[in-house]
Amino acid sequence: MFDTVMIIALSALSIALVLLFIRIIIGPSTQDRILALDAIGVLLVGFIGILMILQDTSVFSDIVLVLTILGFVGTLTLSKFLERGVVIDRDD
Amino acid sequence: MLGGAMMAFISAIGIIRLPDVFTRSHAGTKSSTLAVLLTLMGAFIYFAANQGFYSVRLLLGIAFVFLTAPVAGHVIIRAAYRANVKMADTTVEDELKDVMDKVREEAKKERSESGEVIIEDEKVSDKEHS
Repeated sequence: MFDTVMIIALSALSIALVLLFIRIIIGPSTQDRILALDAIGVLLVGFIGILMILQDTSVFSDIVLVLTILGFVGTLTLSKFLERGVVIDRDD
Repeated sequence: MLGGAMMAFISAIGIIRLPDVFTRSHAGTKSSTLAVLLTLMGAFIYFAANQGFYSVRLLLGIAFVFLTAPVAGHVIIRAAYRANVKMADTTVEDELKDVMDKVREEAKKERSESGEVIIEDEKVSDKEHS
């Protein structure tokens, strides 16, 4: 019973992932693609949460933290590059 | 957890269906944040009830997602607005455009009063948005 619920949740997340990939492919602007990539990064955290329950282990909880931080930094970097043209500002 | 997964699904449908970047981010940031919050909270409750193990790292992850996902959405959309990405055709109001035009005019006037040569700042609109 519980496993069935988990499988249904995983399937819904997978369909969502496929839809986001479609948005990345057809996205008219670069910002659309970054937005979809950010959403995918957030979605993978959900995947890991369900996998932790499914496999009955809590060793993946580090990966949740690392994935959120990496996704955040990546999104910030990309959008700053699009806005200013550089990623790291210089003072000179 | 099922609620979280369904929420993620709805969010992805919104990202596919909505007409422009701004509404898409509206769908993407809010509901996928809520999706992950629900999922991680489910995992936390599962471990707390089943094994008596209170995972602080999961709570940290929840707090971090809650803090960073809206900020990321905000930054993307600001970049999109600066790059003059077109809004949907049904858009009627663009209040920020008026404000930005006014600020640009005032800056130009100030510069011409102080005797500088006016150079049109076309860098923003030249940026490619393919």
